[in-house]
Amino acid sequence: MFRRYGKHCVATFAPDEVRVLRKVATEVVGLLTDGFDHGDPVVDRLFPDVYPTNSDDSAEFRRFTEGDLKTGKIDAAGAILAALPSSSGGEVRLDEEAAEAWLRALNDARLAMGVRLDISAETDLGEELDDAVLSDPSSSRVFQLSVYAYLGYLQESLLTALTE
Amino acid sequence: MRAIGAHVAVVGASICSYDGGVAAPQTTPVQSPDVETLPATDRPWITVVHDDPVNLMTYVTWVFQKQFGYTFDKAQSLMLDVHNKGRAAVSHGARERMEYDASCLHGYGLWATVEQP
Repeated sequence: MFRRYGKHCVATFAPDEVRVLRKVATEVVGLLTDGFDHGDPVVDRLFPDVYPTNSDDSAEFRRFTEGDLKTGKIDAAGAILAALPSSSGGEVRLDEEAAEAWLRALNDARLAMGVRLDISAETDLGEELDDAVLSDPSSSRVFQLSVYAYLGYLQESLLTALTE
Repeated sequence: MRAIGAHVAVVGASICSYDGGVAAPQTTPVQSPDVETLPATDRPWITVVHDDPVNLMTYVTWVFQKQFGYTFDKAQSLMLDVHNKGRAAVSHGARERMEYDASCLHGYGLWATVEQP
């Protein structure tokens, strides 16, 4: 988890954390590049209709803004990949700009996972995880829910470190 | 059809942050007394942020401060409106400016739309 040292937000990551963060950031980049598909609900969530009742105006807005928005999101995910230590783990030290990019990228990753995991306002993450473990502890849902929870804690710790 | 490109073509997150400079639209009163009598084209537009189950409350507050230069108290109060009422108008002004705001908020992952009340 991140802590503040002078002007930097600093965290030390274990090898499995580095692996998870690299996988998540790489998946976000993939979703925004080769895998970009407007039929995908994750893409709908990351690029919402700005005029929900007017598809023509929404499409026009999209035409002018989507490219830059996509580039910004890819760059943010890239900031995670660029700052991660080697697979044996180690320290990440972020200046303010990098910390803000991480915040946005962690948020995008959580949004994407939230859609896939069907997270709603009523979801109790602890209960959800308990149920998933009971039904099959080795399932990908258990892993995904754990990663989703972890990213939330990490984002919160980075935000606290950045704004304290 | 209205051209919006000139106003919203560049939305890289780096320029989306509030720069503290020019008088920003949020300094205008939300409702002018005669707002209902203005022609539809002159009535102010609003940027609306909708509640979503993923975004952290602290993050949403931070984004409002970052994007609009709002104080922590104002940003937090807007965030609580979003959370408790499902949606809140977070900025108001010319349509093009609202589209710019919405696009910046999308950059942060907030669910933002634009409307003319």
